[in-house]
This record gives sequence, structure tokens and C-alpha cells, in this order.
Amino acid sequence: MEPLLKTVGLKKYFRVAGGVLHAVDNVNLSISKGRNLGVVGESGCGKSTLGRLAVRLLDATEGQVFFEGRNIMEFEKKKVQMLRREMQMIFQDPYSSLNPRMSVFELISEPLVMNKVYPTYREMADRILSMMDMVGLARRFANSFPHELDGGRRQRIGVARALALNPKFVVCDEPVSALDVSIQAQILNLLMDLQDELGLTYMFITHDLSVVKHISREIAVMYLGQCIERGPSREVFKNPLHPYTKALLAAVPRPRLDESLKKEIIRGEVSDPVNPKPGCRFAPRCDFFTGVCTKDIELKEVNSGHFVACTLFQGQSPGSAACAGSKASL
Amino acid sequence: MTNPLLAINDLKVVYTTAGSVVRAVNGIRLEVMQGETLGIVGETGAGKTTTALAVLQLLPSRTGKVVGGHIIYKGEDLLKKSEQEMRRIRGAKISMIFQDPMTALNPVTTIGDQILESLRIHNGGKQQERRLQERVDELLQLVGIVPSRKRDYPHQFSGGMKQRAVIAIALACDPELVIADEPTTALDVTIQAQVLAMISELKEKLGTSMILITHDLGIVAQTCDKVAIMYAGEIVEQGTVRDIFLSPRHHPYTEGLFGSIPDMDVEVGRLTPIEGLMPDPVNLPRGCKFHPRCRHAMDICRTVIPEARQWGTHSIACHLMREEGV
Repeated sequence: MEPLLKTVGLKKYFRVAGGVLHAVDNVNLSISKGRNLGVVGESGCGKSTLGRLAVRLLDATEGQVFFEGRNIMEFEKKKVQMLRREMQMIFQDPYSSLNPRMSVFELISEPLVMNKVYPTYREMADRILSMMDMVGLARRFANSFPHELDGGRRQRIGVARALALNPKFVVCDEPVSALDVSIQAQILNLLMDLQDELGLTYMFITHDLSVVKHISREIAVMYLGQCIERGPSREVFKNPLHPYTKALLAAVPRPRLDESLKKEIIRGEVSDPVNPKPGCRFAPRCDFFTGVCTKDIELKEVNSGHFVACTLFQGQSPGSAACAGSKASL
Repeated sequence: MTNPLLAINDLKVVYTTAGSVVRAVNGIRLEVMQGETLGIVGETGAGKTTTALAVLQLLPSRTGKVVGGHIIYKGEDLLKKSEQEMRRIRGAKISMIFQDPMTALNPVTTIGDQILESLRIHNGGKQQERRLQERVDELLQLVGIVPSRKRDYPHQFSGGMKQRAVIAIALACDPELVIADEPTTALDVTIQAQVLAMISELKEKLGTSMILITHDLGIVAQTCDKVAIMYAGEIVEQGTVRDIFLSPRHHPYTEGLFGSIPDMDVEVGRLTPIEGLMPDPVNLPRGCKFHPRCRHAMDICRTVIPEARQWGTHSIACHLMREEGV
């Protein structure tokens, strides 16, 4: 099946004082219709930049983004505007992503007005109220302003704004990380229900591994601008291959008393994304570093659908990864 | 039994703003023994940070006020101390690790000087400057920063290193009690794991007691000996980590918290969040503060504040526990 969204050799470099910052570096991903791809990584790994590229809020330095087979990086301004009806974004911080001087009604109406969707006010008002019902905002809040609402309700406005135009594809950029856990669960449930109901396709960007495990069936792990591992989330969580993915999974504190949980703590910190050295970007923190790690490596399929970019798995045929994985954890 | 290092009895704190009274902490009881780590868990507005600030008497002086209770530190009530006496305690005996390392440090002073500051203040002119400098190096080494970087400014440090520096400042005078307010919330998971491991190691080495404020039950399971769960300024459940994580009996709010977090090792189709929102602290519900969100709410919950019921070290403040007669 043709994927709904596909990135090919996608790169985004920013010129900064010290050189060139490689925010997204040669990322190849695809998302099928109705699926949900989780993109995980720590701060500065380029996941938000990737999300912005995917809906063309940013222009790529190199590479293509295909949406329904069309390369949206080649679209001119007018066509990009039309694209907004099909691709939308839910932003991280419900405190700063909403105009404080607009009421809830105005905030949700904005995308509809901008795109001149409804000829009459009446129809638009109906749509706005039905959007409020859909995301679980009581209609009495229509004339409230963001500062009068709590974080959970504000994020519901963000969801309503993104879905008002009936898009096919939505990038959710850390939609729950600014919320308290009990509210976070409410929003996650809402996003999952809406996906089922409306047949949406999500790119779900988060730093929280337990959230991504819960909501996404496929995940991509990013480190310093590169996708280092990708596959069905159940498989990646059960049998992580890349040493970084392993360390990342081990670092999450589990809400349970279990002495047997072993802690592998990686040393050091993420290195500088400005003018990175060639080769594996995780090499300086990796326990399995060898001379070959200084050469660039591509993602390679080691189990069906499970890709990893690590020299430990380069010479192998699909299927033998499990034993290499256990060797790597020694 | 030995006396607790810190005992909070029936503490009540209010904030008064423009005619309205916010009841942030409503009669809580806590104890921290020597060498113990107490975790305080709760969501935004539960009163966790207010409790910490009350202990150090750092509440904003215009609006915040302790209106009842005692904070007994080594047999003496901190609330009866003068500001001058408190200054000698803050930083030296009880110190605090603040939540956001990006804003807790002074941007125009070097890291070394910021550590030196608290050493100088509590030194009383006894030790020589050179000895103090040596102590700065020692502290930086302790938290895993190369001492040669003490001449750097905060902006030259990464988030994880800044938090290490903040921890070094808190530990500078060998405090007996450290209050850590969400010490790793602003950090990435791999860095969080490093900082948590370091905190546990230092605690073991130095025998410091600690109050760890967090919203993350995973961190609690990993680092705490005792846990208090706060909701709307009250402690709804308290016990050892084993009580909280292994006992079948819980306050409905605690159950809600556990139901809200997706578990990485267990598959769940749908989360079971707590419906509704935190109550407005200006206008708290009568009876049990949790009853509007509680799925087990009974008539009595709407009018009578539940008393805590005790099972050994485990206590729960909920009417359900009485009903069952267990």
C-alpha cells in the first residue's frame, strides 16, 4: 500500500554562529494511512524539526516529503495554503500556542475563516460548536479566554483547532507533556478515540517512552538528527537493538518495586549537533564503540520491519538479530 | 524509637490575594527520620512545593502565611525561629534543590563562586579562603564535574550539568536534610537517570535525609523509603514504598494516579484517567476534597472530612476504608 506520508533523504540544516547545525539529517520514514508513527528522542534530537518539515512549516535543506504521492517541498505558496486543510499540527504548550486575546470560539474559528470553508456564519458556528462537543469542551466555554481555562481544556482547544478543517494527517508535537498525569491520560484517550472515529493518521512526537508505547504501533527513535532505529513498537520495546535505544528504555523509572530491574546508565551527554563528525553520532557514549563506528551507517532491516543503524548489526542477515542483541547486552 | 529529624504537625498554609484566600496546605502530618527519603507525590496545585517552602520559611512574605501547626526540626519548632536564626539553618542544616536548574543559578556569576557563596556565609570566618576553594573542587568532583570548570558561567553548562551544580550548592555545607523539588523534571531521561543515581549514591555516602517532591511514581519507586500522596493540600495516603506499591488497599486518588500512567511493560488498551479537574483551592469542596472526582463517592464523603485510618505504617484518609471494616 502506498504510504500517506513518506520522507526521502530529508535534511534540515541551520546556519548558526559556530557552523552548521544538523537538526534533521537524512531521515527516511513512511506512515501508512490510519496509522500512528511515534517519534521519540531526547531534547535536541530533531524530532520537532522533523514534525515541522512533515507539514511544511519549514522548508527542507535537501530531500523530499511525499504526501499522497506528491512532493510537498516543491509546492508553491498557494498550494501550501491548500495543504493546511489536509495536514495539521497540535502543539506542545497549550499555554503559549493560543492567542490570549481570542475567545475559545474565535480560536477554533480561525482556521475555518482563514480557509474560507463555510459561506455563512451560521454554518461555521454550527461546526465550531460540534467541534467543541467532539473534543469534550462544554459549550458554555465558547466565550471564555484561554487564561480562564486549565491546561487540559486549553489542549482540547488546540485539538479542536487542528481538526476543524478535517485534515487527513496530524502531527502531534508533545501534546501531553505540559499536562498533569491525570489530565494527560484524558487527552491521550481523546486523541486515540478521534483517530478511530475520523480515520486520522498521526505522527506522534514525544520524549515520553511510556506514552509512545501506549499510543503508537510503530516507532522511530531519533538521536542527534538521525533515525537510529525504527520498527513496530512492541518489537522495539521488547527487543531493542541499538545501544542508545536500550539505554533510553532502561533509563525510564518504572512505577513498580522490582529489584531485578537492572540499570544501565549511559555516561556523558548528547554531543554538539553543530558540524557533527561523520559516523555514528552515539559513538562517544557507546560501550561497543569500535573503529568502524566512525563511518556513516544506514538503517538496515534486521528483523521483518525492524530497522537499526548500528555497526553491531551490519553484517547480519534478517533473523539473527536476536542473538546479536543478546551478545550486545553482555 | 528514635525521634524524627523533621516532624510536620497539622501544618496549614494559606495565600491571601486580592480578597480571596487560597488554602494551599490543610493540616498535614509528615515525619522524616535520619537517613530516610520521603517522597511527596501529587499534581500541580496539590501543595507540595508550598509545604517545602513552609519548612524553610521561604513563603512569599506578602501573600503566603502559615496559619497553624508546627514544624519540629530536631526538637525545635522552626516556626518560632527568628529570620536571623532561620538564615543559619537554611543552606547549612536544611537545604533545597530547586526545580528548574535553568533559572535557579545566577547567570552573571561563575559556578565556582555560586558554590563558594553558601560556604562563605555559613563559614563564620573560621576557615581560610584556600580551604574553601578546595571544598568547591571537592564538591564539583562529588557531583561529577571537572573542578577546572568552576570558572565557567551557567550558560556554558548543559541542563544536566547545571542541575549537578545546583546539587553541589545544596550539599556544600553538609546539610542534614535536603529538600529536592522536582529535581529532574527539566531533564532528559538518560540525564535524569544519571542525576537520580548520583543522588542515591550521595545519600548513601553522606547519610543525608531527603524530602523528594515529584509527580513521577517511577522516581518514587526507585529512590524513596516513604511516600506521602497529596491532593488539594491534604495527605490522602501515606506509607512505606512497599505499602504504596504492593498493598492492595489504596485511596481512590492513588488508584487514579496509577491508572493514568501508561506502563511500559504492561499492555493496556485504554487508560483509566481520573475524571474532572483539581478543585479550585479558593473554593474547596466540603467533606473529602476528592469526592467530586471519586467514582466511589458516598453521601458521607460530601459532608465529613475523612480521618486517616492506620494499618501499621500505612495510612489512608478515605471513608471507604471505614465502611469495609478492614
